[in-house]
Amino acid sequence: MPERAPLLTVEHLTTGFQVRDGFVPAVIDVSFHVSAGDTLCIVGESGSGKSVTALSIMRLVEPPGRIAEGRIIFNGHDLLTVSEREMQAIRGAQIALIFQEPMTALNPVFTIGNQIEETLRVHGRATRRTAPQQAIDLLAAVSIPEPQKRVRDYPHQLSGGMRQRALIAMSLACEPSLVIADEPTTALDVTIQAQILELLRDLQQRMGLALLLITHDLGVVAEMADRVAVMYAGRIVEEAPVRALFDDPKHPYTRGLMGSIPGGAPGTRLRAIQGTVPPLGALPPGCAFAPRCPERFDPCPKAPPGTTDFGGGRGVKCYLHGPAVEPQVAPPAPVERV
Amino acid sequence: MIRVGFVIVALAVFVAIAGPFLSAYDPNAQELARRLEGPSLSHPLGLDELGRDILARILAGARVSLLVGLVVVTISSVTGMFFGSVAGYFGGRVDDVISRVVDVLMAFPGILLAIALVAVLGPSLRNVVLALSVIGWVGYARLVRGQALRAREFEFVQAARALGAGSPRIVLRHVLPTAFPSVVVQATLGMAGAIIAEAALSFLGLGVQPPTPSWGTMLDAGRSHLFDAPHLTIFPGVAIAILVLGFNFLGDGLRDRIDPKMSQ
Ligand SMILES: Nc1ncnc2c1ncn2[C@@H]1O[C@H](COP(=O)(O)OP(=O)(O)O)[C@@H](O)[C@H]1O
Ligand code: SF4
Ligand SMILES: [Mg+2]
Repeated sequence: MPERAPLLTVEHLTTGFQVRDGFVPAVIDVSFHVSAGDTLCIVGESGSGKSVTALSIMRLVEPPGRIAEGRIIFNGHDLLTVSEREMQAIRGAQIALIFQEPMTALNPVFTIGNQIEETLRVHGRATRRTAPQQAIDLLAAVSIPEPQKRVRDYPHQLSGGMRQRALIAMSLACEPSLVIADEPTTALDVTIQAQILELLRDLQQRMGLALLLITHDLGVVAEMADRVAVMYAGRIVEEAPVRALFDDPKHPYTRGLMGSIPGGAPGTRLRAIQGTVPPLGALPPGCAFAPRCPERFDPCPKAPPGTTDFGGGRGVKCYLHGPAVEPQVAPPAPVERV
Repeated sequence: MIRVGFVIVALAVFVAIAGPFLSAYDPNAQELARRLEGPSLSHPLGLDELGRDILARILAGARVSLLVGLVVVTISSVTGMFFGSVAGYFGGRVDDVISRVVDVLMAFPGILLAIALVAVLGPSLRNVVLALSVIGWVGYARLVRGQALRAREFEFVQAARALGAGSPRIVLRHVLPTAFPSVVVQATLGMAGAIIAEAALSFLGLGVQPPTPSWGTMLDAGRSHLFDAPHLTIFPGVAIAILVLGFNFLGDGLRDRIDPKMSQ
């Protein structure tokens, strides 16, 4: 497949939270890219920094959170340098974020149709006259039956699957070129999950979307991804095209994840690895996975491993595969006073 | 209870609108020969110190009470919703400033502050409304601020931001509507408070000026005849009590319907 110029390139993103004792990173030196028509899956256990990554791209990280480092190049512009007003014009219109919980992401006091029309109006994509029909068309486009009736429904009147379809319709109303879906099927039961994933894939192909799909479910990855970034404790520890990843997982954490999906059934949770993700601010000094890693050896606890590049879009952060050490991203030492 | 409250309030509103047509007497017409006369068939609630029909004056006074209540509650709630939502939604420095002002105003006993304000501005109905609004908005601001803080965490507020909505739009569409039911409850109860406050200020001679009939000024006039003609005081007092009770019943009932959690 010829490599297109990426629509979104994230470079050395570090985002964290200001707490009493200082700045605690939740996303550390993360880099990746997504092109039009391409699906990148970010996979990792809960708490590994996936949602913070998504919010960083949208520039929706709220204090005490803040983006400390990095560049987020979208369509040739660094989103971290544009004004808030320009960013508002991009949100929803060029980049859409689909949330995990379709119930809570929809306002219970407005009808589905009203909420879709509102999105269109925010970006001036509809007039009062055309908006209702556009909302109906959008519901039809996400295969909601009887859309002319459903526009008048309130969120609680729809099933979980229908709500997520409605939310997707709302997110895609202004025809964004990049869609970030943060665990869009986690709240749904298995058969509905499969249908929503199919809808996303279908829409992606029809609209030529760049899709950044966040999940903790390797079954979803296998189903959807072109490329995969495995995230652990704020870092991307392995990146690979999807086949290569499943055929030959290189990072011990990735291997652990694989061990936890019998047959890769969607809906399987990652829990076969002993222990849990270290909490924010309590990262071990070396490889963050070291305390849980069955293959840990001498250099692991000393300094975080850097990326070993395998070519072909494959990279791994693990001393098993090379001696690279992570470049120092810690804040500069305080200036010494004499 | 909510029904009783509703009936009382509806009746009062009807009286305030239809007032002059409900009584055979002009509230300002004096029949000096019969001054201080007790209730009789021709004057069911008796006559006051100038021989005016007390029923006619109470009916006319309902208009002042409700009007003051309505204007005060409207000004207070709109102002309070504005500052409360701004403080809660934006947080930070803006919130600090607004919250300190609210704290300071809340630290004063409201009615004393109102008396001081009217004393400075001069007694008049307009200044009473102004003074009661100045002390009234803080309650709404505090209420709405709390709701806005909560609303900011709602995922649909995040979702609206992710879809490109700006802050004013989010506040108007998502934050204020979630606070609105509690504001309605507070406003209903606030009507009761404003009616009492207006009566108190008028009683002190700071509000409505004679000869405009107001329940507060009627109480004031009755004070010197408390023993020889108690009906001058009793009937306007009962009118105030009933109307205030009505708004309180209505407010409490609405609160229970809208949000049972709030009632404790
Ligand atoms: N608003 C916040 N304040 C403080 N810490 C946060 C906040 N949001 C997320 N975090 C922390 O950041 C880390 C990454 O969270 P998140 O990106 O939500 O993980 P994931 O989406 O992968 O489950 C977690 O340790 C979480 O506790
Ligand atoms: S660097 Fe060491 S501890 Fe970390 S994953 Fe590789 S082997 Fe395990
Ligand atoms: Mg998440």
